[in-house]
Amino acid sequence: MYQYDEIDQALVDARVDEYRDQLSRRLAGALDEDHFKPLRLKNGLYLQLHAYMLRVAIPYGTLSGAQMRMLGHVARKYDRGYGHFTTRQNIQYNWIRLEESADLLASLATVEMHAIQTSGNCIRNISSDQYAGAAADEVDDPRPWAELLRQWSSFHPEFSYLPRKFKICVIGSETDRAAMKLHDIGLQLVRRDGELGFRVFVGGGMGRTPFVAPVIRDFLPTAEFLSYCEAILRVYNRYGRRDNIYKARIKILVHELGAAEFTRQVEAEHAHVKTLGIDAPEAEIERIRGFFAAPAFEVLGEDYPPPAPPVSTSREGGEFELWVARQVAVHKVPGYRIVNISLKPVGQIPGDASAGQMEAIAELAERFSFDEVRVTHAQNLVLPHVKASDLPAVWAKLVEIGLADANLDLASDVIACPGLDYCTLANARSIPVAQRIAALLQPKEAELGELKVKVSGCINGCGHHHAGHIGVLGVDRKGTENYQLLLGGSGAEDTSLAQILGPGFDETGIVNAVGKLTETYLSVRTDGERFLDTYRRVGAAPFKAAVYGEPVYG
Amino acid sequence: MGEPFAIDARALGDLEPDVVIGPEEDVRGHAALGNHRVIGLAFPKWRDGRAYSSARILRERGFAGDIRAIGDLTVDQLVFLKRAGFSSVAAERPLDAAVAAAALARFPFVYQRAADGALPAWALRHAQAEAAE
Repeated sequence: MYQYDEIDQALVDARVDEYRDQLSRRLAGALDEDHFKPLRLKNGLYLQLHAYMLRVAIPYGTLSGAQMRMLGHVARKYDRGYGHFTTRQNIQYNWIRLEESADLLASLATVEMHAIQTSGNCIRNISSDQYAGAAADEVDDPRPWAELLRQWSSFHPEFSYLPRKFKICVIGSETDRAAMKLHDIGLQLVRRDGELGFRVFVGGGMGRTPFVAPVIRDFLPTAEFLSYCEAILRVYNRYGRRDNIYKARIKILVHELGAAEFTRQVEAEHAHVKTLGIDAPEAEIERIRGFFAAPAFEVLGEDYPPPAPPVSTSREGGEFELWVARQVAVHKVPGYRIVNISLKPVGQIPGDASAGQMEAIAELAERFSFDEVRVTHAQNLVLPHVKASDLPAVWAKLVEIGLADANLDLASDVIACPGLDYCTLANARSIPVAQRIAALLQPKEAELGELKVKVSGCINGCGHHHAGHIGVLGVDRKGTENYQLLLGGSGAEDTSLAQILGPGFDETGIVNAVGKLTETYLSVRTDGERFLDTYRRVGAAPFKAAVYGEPVYG
Repeated sequence: MGEPFAIDARALGDLEPDVVIGPEEDVRGHAALGNHRVIGLAFPKWRDGRAYSSARILRERGFAGDIRAIGDLTVDQLVFLKRAGFSSVAAERPLDAAVAAAALARFPFVYQRAADGALPAWALRHAQAEAAE
C-alpha cells in the first residue's frame, strides 16, 4: 500500500490545522454559518437531517488493518458505533458532533487518512477495482495510477471550483468491477504492441441524466497521463454549464458538444498543456509503484489446495462450502484467493458495519491478507490476498461477527443510498425498501442467480438505480413516497442504463412488483441465463405484463 | 473596494485594470493583451472557477504584468489564486492582511505544477533522490 512521505503527511496535517482554526472561529462566533459552510464541506462535513455527517476518503478503496481499526475507533468514539460504506468506496459517519470534528480529522491523519475533497465541486476521491493487484485478468495494477491522480487532484488550483463535482475511476482489467463507464472520467489500462496506456472514457454518469461514457482516446501513452486529464478538466472548467446545476456535469457538455467535438477540443488543449511539464516523471511512477509491489506470497503450486469450486446455485452442501462458492474468487497467485465479505446481512442496512466488525476485519486483514482490505462500490468489503488454507479460519471469524452471508451479486446484495432516513436531498426512504426486497428474495436467491438490485432515494442516484438489473428510484409524488421501477441496467463491462418499466408504486407495491419480476424471469429464462440477459433477450413486455397486468401500459 | 491585496511583486496596486475580462470570455480571443499592465479577471461569484483557467492561460502565453482577481473572493481562495497566476486581489470585502499572509503560508508543499513556479512534490522527491546519490 502507499505510504505517506513527509510531504504527504505535512499537507494532511496542515489541512487539519487549517480546519481546526476555522472551526474554532465558527464556535467562537467569529465565523457565521454562511461562511463556514463551504469550509466544512471542503472537509467532508455535511449537515444532514438529524446531525452532521462526515464522509472520509478511502483512496481507491484500499485500507490497511490500522486504517480499518481507526475507522472502527472513529465509529465508537465519534459516532453511534457504526459507519456506512458508500457506493464511491468511501465511509460516512452519520452522527458527528461539530465541536469534535477537528479532533476526528486529526485522528484520521495519524493513519494517513483524511476527508479532503469528499464534497464540493472538485475532483473527488479516485475509485478503482477492489481486486487490484489480485485479479488474474489485470493488464496492470491501477492503484499506482490512482495514487498519482490522488496527488495531482489534491488542492488543484485550477480545478477546485468546477461547475460540479467530478469523479474519476481507474481500472486495470477488461472486467469492470467499478462501474468505470459511469464516471466523469473512466480510465482503463490497456496494452498496445506491448506498450502500456489508457483507454479514456469521458462523460459517463448516473443521476438525473444518465449516460454511458464514450471513448475519447483509444490509447493514451502513460507518459501523458496527467497532462491529458488536465486538458479534459480545463475544457470542462471553461465550458461546462454553470447556469443550471442539473446540467453542470461534464456528461452534459460531452453530450451537447458531441463526443467528436469534445474530443477535438481536448486534443487541442492537450497539445498545448503537455508542453507545460505537468506529467510526473517515470521515476515518480516507479516510486509509487514500489508501494504496490506484490506481498511475499508463498509458492504453493497450482494444485494447493484445489481451485475454488465453480459458483453453484445449489443450496446443497455445508454453509462453509456455500460461502466459498459464492464469496471467494480466483487469485492471480496459485494457492491464494480473494475473499468478499458481505455487508448485506438480510435485515441490516446495506453497507453498514459496526465498530466491532471493523476491528475484527482489521485483524483478519493483518493475520490473513497481508494487511489489506478493500471497499467495493457495491458496499461490500474484500480481503484481497488470503491463502486458500486459511479460508476456514477467516470464515469462522466472519460467522462470529455476523458477516458470513453468501450473497455476493445475488438478490439480497442490494445497493442502497442512505435515503430519507438521513439525507437532506432524498425524496423517499431507500433503506427499508432495500431491506424488504432483500427479505422477500433471499429465500430463492440461489435459484435466481446473479441479480443486482439497486435502490436510490432520489434522482441523484447514489444508489446506482440506473445500473441495476432491477433499479428502484424513490421520488416524491404530491407529498408521498413513490417508487419507480427500472430494468436492464449494468455497471459492469457490459454497461447499460436501466429503463423505466411503467408507473410507480408505494412501498409495498414496489416490493411486490420486484417479486413478480423475478417470477417472470424464472418462467422465461433459458438454462444458465442471468436475469439481465433474459431481459435483454425478451425485452420489457413480459415483465410489464406481469407487473401491471393486461393490457400492457404503453 | 480599497487597495488591492498584493499576492506577489507583480501587483500594481495603484493602477486600475486596463481591461476586466468576465468569466464567460475566452482570454485566448483577446488581442494584444501583452500591451496591458493590469488585466482584471472578474469573479461575480466565488463558486465560478472559470477565471482560474483564464489566469493560467494568460501566464502560459507569457503575460508578465499584474493579473488581478476582482469580486466575490475571500481568504479561502488565496492559495488557489496565487497558484493559478494571479498577482493581486480586489475583493468585495477587503482581505485582512495578516489572515491572508497566514493562509498563503499554511501549506508547505504542492502536488502539481501550476502557474506560480512552485515545484510539485514529485520534483522535490526526485531532486532529493538525485542529490542523495
